[in-house]
Amino acid sequence: MILEKEVKHIAELARLGLTDKEVGKMQKELSSILDYMDKLKEVDTSEVKPIFYSLLIENVMREDQPQKQSLEKLNRLVKVAPETEKRFVKVKTILHKT
Amino acid sequence: MKLYELTITKAREGLRKKEFSAVELCRAFLERIKALNPKIFAFLTVSEDSALAQAKAIDDAILLKRDIPVLAGIPFAVKDNILVEGVKCTAGSRILENYIALYDATVIRKLKEGGGVILGKTNLDEFAMGSSTENSFFGPTRNPRDLKRVPGGSSGGSAAAVAGDLCCFALGSDTGGSIRQPAAFCGVVGLKTTYGAVSRYGLIAFASSLDQIGPLTKTVEDAKIVFRAIKGKDPLDSTSLNFKIEIPELKIRGLKIGIPKEYFIEGIDREVERIINKTINTYKKLGAEIIEVSLPHTEYALAAYYIINPSEASTNLARYDGIKYGFSDKEKVDLMRFYLGTRQQGFGSEVKRRIMLGTYALSAGYYDAYYLRAQKVRALIKQELDKVFQKIDVLLTPTTPTLPFKLGEKVTDPLSMYLSDIFTIAVNLAGLPAVSLPAGEVKKLPVGFQLIGKPFEEEKILQIAQFFEQTQQ
Repeated sequence: MILEKEVKHIAELARLGLTDKEVGKMQKELSSILDYMDKLKEVDTSEVKPIFYSLLIENVMREDQPQKQSLEKLNRLVKVAPETEKRFVKVKTILHKT
Repeated sequence: MKLYELTITKAREGLRKKEFSAVELCRAFLERIKALNPKIFAFLTVSEDSALAQAKAIDDAILLKRDIPVLAGIPFAVKDNILVEGVKCTAGSRILENYIALYDATVIRKLKEGGGVILGKTNLDEFAMGSSTENSFFGPTRNPRDLKRVPGGSSGGSAAAVAGDLCCFALGSDTGGSIRQPAAFCGVVGLKTTYGAVSRYGLIAFASSLDQIGPLTKTVEDAKIVFRAIKGKDPLDSTSLNFKIEIPELKIRGLKIGIPKEYFIEGIDREVERIINKTINTYKKLGAEIIEVSLPHTEYALAAYYIINPSEASTNLARYDGIKYGFSDKEKVDLMRFYLGTRQQGFGSEVKRRIMLGTYALSAGYYDAYYLRAQKVRALIKQELDKVFQKIDVLLTPTTPTLPFKLGEKVTDPLSMYLSDIFTIAVNLAGLPAVSLPAGEVKKLPVGFQLIGKPFEEEKILQIAQFFEQTQQ
């Protein structure tokens, strides 16, 4: 059974707020799902290389040239943000005075 | 036949022969949507004005005797995780409830260039996570074949729209079965393409190594038409590839159809199994060679998938932080609390569950035991499938283990919901193409069967599907 403090730690890593009720529910649900995942221990993977993509392609590259974008498009991108100031997206304070 | 009952093929013929106009065809669907969508709730957004404008442009082109591309004037629906510029794109989530797309997905650009008419955006499980469309923030879609039942998911809105004749075809996305399972539940055709065959640019990312966009249609021929229109390498999606479409002249006689024995186990509804066996028999009578094969790692596919997809999703959904777009917490709090509050309020419970699972599986101390191990099992599953194709042309399996279930039946047990994907998942892990089409009915409820092919053999599996489809007419 996954511990309550582990659930809270994971939630903080994921920047996911959970109510106390949600923490309890999550604990139960994650535990039962993770128990099912233990099934994978039955497989002998000692000689196996993992694959992260089903296609066997190498890194696809392009020239490091920026594409020109219209000012109108840039303005639209900024406008869609919840908080803006002039042509900037506004964010919370990151650096605090200590 | 009513205009809204037409297939793409028949609609195009009618337009060419001037039996009706593109505007009339579009209106027929818009009226039907007005009448039926309140009950079925397939559509989240209907783009009436732009659809009629698109249709009129096609009528003008036809009047000027211009040659119109194959999908010109054909009205279609788009799953609400595929961006259409200027139209709301919610991903079925509160966190994007009022987000308006700033650009077209590549598949949309291609279909627009081909003259397709976009009727609107369809309902889905939130961020494509689910197998019933019950996880949509906006409420569930109902199966047009039985309004008390689910249409499947996550492309439930698209499947219901096609099955209910609310559009001529629809686009969906498939990460673990999200096109094929709803296609089976609603009695329509659903194609998941080879990973890399169709650009994912403009598809709201869920699990980047598994996601693919594909068509839901009334016939296999229609699926071919849409596939040819949307496939192809895209510089904006570096995982997309070019490949030559080989259209083999196939003969059913002697074609080797593999039946993987691990897909015919306990837990399948007996009636579903009976219909699938009938399907196998039909192919046998047509002259195909039925070969039993074994895919021993099948039983591990679900566990591997339910580690890989949440892991990738937890990364892909990190961008929903209330800063650049979407829902944001309005409380005057510091950055951490702002993130926690935005995401706590913006995401539904299934999404939260998967983000938690994924974060856990990728976290220090657990990465090797879960994520890495799952990707190794994935390698074995893929190897096994690649090997089996050395002796057979195609695999045939049921699409789902059960008939479409009732609304509310599986919402309280996440694991039981996950199990409805058992037959579709391995295909995504291995990146293979697969189509689901109607096999028959049980008590008026549709049953689908699945054909799985080698990478980039979409044309082949669609032809093999047509051999069966023809016997049902």
